[in-house]
Amino acid sequence: MQRYIFRRLIQAVIMLFIVSTVVFALSRMTGNPVALLLTEYSTEEDKVRLTQELGFDKSIPEQYIIFASNALRGDLGRSIRGERAPAFQLVAERFPASAQLAVITVIVSFLIGVPLGVITAVKKGSLVDTLVRIFALAGQSAPVFWIGIVAMYVLSVQLRLLPSSGYGKPEQFVLPVFSLSWFTLAAFVRLTRSSMIDSLESEYIKLARIKGLSEWIVVWKHALRNSLLPVLTYSGIILGRTIAGVVVVETVFAWPGIGRLAYESVLGRDFPVLQAVVLIVATMFLLINLLVDILYAYIDPRIRYS
Amino acid sequence: MRLGLADTITSIVGLTIILILVLMAIFAQQIAPYDPTAGSLLDRLKPPFWQEGGSTAHLLGTDVLGRDTLSRLIFGARTSLAVAVIAILVAGTIGSTLGIIAGYLGGWADIIIMRAADLAFSFPTILLAMVLAVIFGASFANIILVIALVLWAEYARMARGESLKIKSMDYVALARVAGVSKTKIMARHILPNISSSLIVLATLQVGVVIILESSLSFLGVGMPPPTPDWGAMISEGRSYVVTAWWLSLVPGVAILLTVLSFNLLGDALTEWMNPSSHRDA
Repeated sequence: MQRYIFRRLIQAVIMLFIVSTVVFALSRMTGNPVALLLTEYSTEEDKVRLTQELGFDKSIPEQYIIFASNALRGDLGRSIRGERAPAFQLVAERFPASAQLAVITVIVSFLIGVPLGVITAVKKGSLVDTLVRIFALAGQSAPVFWIGIVAMYVLSVQLRLLPSSGYGKPEQFVLPVFSLSWFTLAAFVRLTRSSMIDSLESEYIKLARIKGLSEWIVVWKHALRNSLLPVLTYSGIILGRTIAGVVVVETVFAWPGIGRLAYESVLGRDFPVLQAVVLIVATMFLLINLLVDILYAYIDPRIRYS
Repeated sequence: MRLGLADTITSIVGLTIILILVLMAIFAQQIAPYDPTAGSLLDRLKPPFWQEGGSTAHLLGTDVLGRDTLSRLIFGARTSLAVAVIAILVAGTIGSTLGIIAGYLGGWADIIIMRAADLAFSFPTILLAMVLAVIFGASFANIILVIALVLWAEYARMARGESLKIKSMDYVALARVAGVSKTKIMARHILPNISSSLIVLATLQVGVVIILESSLSFLGVGMPPPTPDWGAMISEGRSYVVTAWWLSLVPGVAILLTVLSFNLLGDALTEWMNPSSHRDA
């Protein structure tokens, strides 16, 4: 187990190194990145000063070492806008709002999606199964930002039930979580359904039935426990897609998270902040996948020895 | 393998909608009543014909620049399908080639290619698109690049898995003994046998690409204006959601129907080719 964790950890570090190199390479691809930081009001002196301040008069390998060592100390440059706050600090301030949205979405989707998946597997081919499958397919077919806008129009503009945007109060979570959950929920329904169908046909379930266990225990305890493994494997991907959705939904509901920050950075051509968002989100992705893999190896010993 | 009744019906419905869309995209010039980029400020924000104040001159109304919504919707089909087809062709070709190489050759090629695929899976797509848009400016080529960078990995994984299965079959061993080159074995013996799985994957990915592309346009890092684009139309209509809700609603319905049709078709194909397999998320 320790060897496996060690090996995965090394892999994660290598991946992180590659991601940071890609981000670095992208930022240098335009030739002189100072051009990205200058505005139409900048003077020639600004250009020289920025070039020296950011170390762009040095060679590329030297620049990379400076970039990497700064990044390791949490220094990802400064925003070019406003009071030129450190990029890392800006991302750190906005991060909790996004994390709350993503985590609540995944929990809500899991709690609704998994039972729906179990029910459709047990009642395979029934009307309920068909209806839930269509519902799930629709959730995977509509863009989250559109669901958000329609939900906003119906529930807050027409019915005045919920606030249309903002962050802080519990009722302000409802619309963004609803918009994001449909897609994520659909993924949980489909995954649970397909792995439950496999489980229900397996030998140990037949044995459990022969032993005379109640159908309730057979389905919800024995079959479900084994069906959750494949669901867990995909949870990294599901969380990744949820984070992608969060970026879009935040711009719809004026949610003060890192997605909205990235959007503002694009509009303001604030490259250092955008770069910081990408690096931090990519690091989170890698960490989540690492945790999922370790958790998976812990639950299923076959993984460790392959 | 025969399909169930429900699957047959849904796949026919899906196929019909796809056919209509493709025709719409090809003959957009002939079908669309107006030029999709020409506005008329006198006809700004006209409602659709069934709403009060609407007329049959603009069946689905007009946007804030007075451009005909129906015409933009029809030309939008062209944008969406063009991006989807080209991005999938690029990603599919690169991904399948690398996947077959990884599966058949194994060793270092396998390790490097599959780690690269992991990397593609763990890179936040939408953020990457934003970075490229800031550096190079929004363009058609950028969108294809971003989408292909993410999608190739799925083809690589599938092609690798399938190649591994076929690699150990007798006819491949025979070809090897007969002195057929590695390249030829991969191209002539392995590729044709995994192509059906790759086609199903491609069908299922059309929806993914269309949603991704519309999200990019919604965020302003997709197709540059004034290209008619469904995602951009939703984004433009967002500011008028209180007074002109149909501006955002209509293109969203178009995306929903298109993606749903491709997903229905993809699901039916999966079921038809391999009834024992259940599609994952």
